[in-house]
Amino acid sequence: MERFSVYEAIAAMAAVTLICRCAGYMIFSHITPPLVVRRAMAHLPGCIFAAYVIPALVAGPPQNWAGAATTMVVMAKSRNLGLSIAMGVISIFVFDYFLIKDI
Amino acid sequence: METISFTSAGFKTGVRRSLPLLAGLSPFGFVVGLITQHHGLSLLQCMVMNGLVYAGASQLVALANWTHPAPILAAAFAALVVNMRFALMGPVLAPWLAGIKPLPRFISLAILVDHSWALSVTDMRRGGRDAALFFGLGVPLWCGWMLASTAGYLSASSLDLAPRNPIFFGALAAFVALLVPLWRGRIDLLPWSVAGIMSVTIAHMLPHTSWYIVAGALSGCMTGAAIEMRQE
Repeated sequence: MERFSVYEAIAAMAAVTLICRCAGYMIFSHITPPLVVRRAMAHLPGCIFAAYVIPALVAGPPQNWAGAATTMVVMAKSRNLGLSIAMGVISIFVFDYFLIKDI
Repeated sequence: METISFTSAGFKTGVRRSLPLLAGLSPFGFVVGLITQHHGLSLLQCMVMNGLVYAGASQLVALANWTHPAPILAAAFAALVVNMRFALMGPVLAPWLAGIKPLPRFISLAILVDHSWALSVTDMRRGGRDAALFFGLGVPLWCGWMLASTAGYLSASSLDLAPRNPIFFGALAAFVALLVPLWRGRIDLLPWSVAGIMSVTIAHMLPHTSWYIVAGALSGCMTGAAIEMRQE
């Protein structure tokens, strides 16, 4: 019974998530949104990631800011996503090693 | 209207471009697998959850409030609150999605994640018209997620990584890196700032939910639209 409830909960989560993934497109494909909504949607990509990243940085340890700055600079210069992520993580190892452990 | 294609070349490009994204997604998947094991789910339940829900943040929120028997309504509500942002993402890719057949369109949407969406939007803004890129990004990311979460589950009993291990910064670094090509210049400065300030505020007011993402994104969007309307 308990094992069954786990699968029920997973099924409920999966259904809700699938609806979230499909509903926006399905609704917007049947209506023509007004100009102001279309303009707002054009700003969505950057705003949604800013809304992820900034609270995570504010809530996280200070070295994450150094990691984020490194990631951004490397990405801006190289446009290489894998390299940028790797350099961001490495910069935190370096920051931890030289600054945190000496305190 | 521009013709949208769906080619194997586009799919392969998507697969190739997804590989660095796996560096960002894998640590997160690993952590989700690890935490799933800590909450007493079986390996099969872990794999079913990661395969079908495939939305790590909502899984973490649901698992944080996990009970025995499983909390069906609470888990569904966590999925709704955290994943509502996906409903905002689909319409942005409408020019691509409308131009492809229903089955690949449905599968593409079913495996939509932030990373594949961001790269697809960037390509679309640059004039890209091959919707298979989105599909090609999505498939390896789903496979990588399954591998990483399963590895996390299986390693849970033998591995002791501190929550602040820098390796976990990889998940956040991926989002930071994805922001860079989305930057269009000064036009984005105020909307992004408003999104950031609003999301930080809501994150403090409503902890342990993800309303902050939706609130931040919508306020930033509305700011951008208001600026454009005012400039005319």
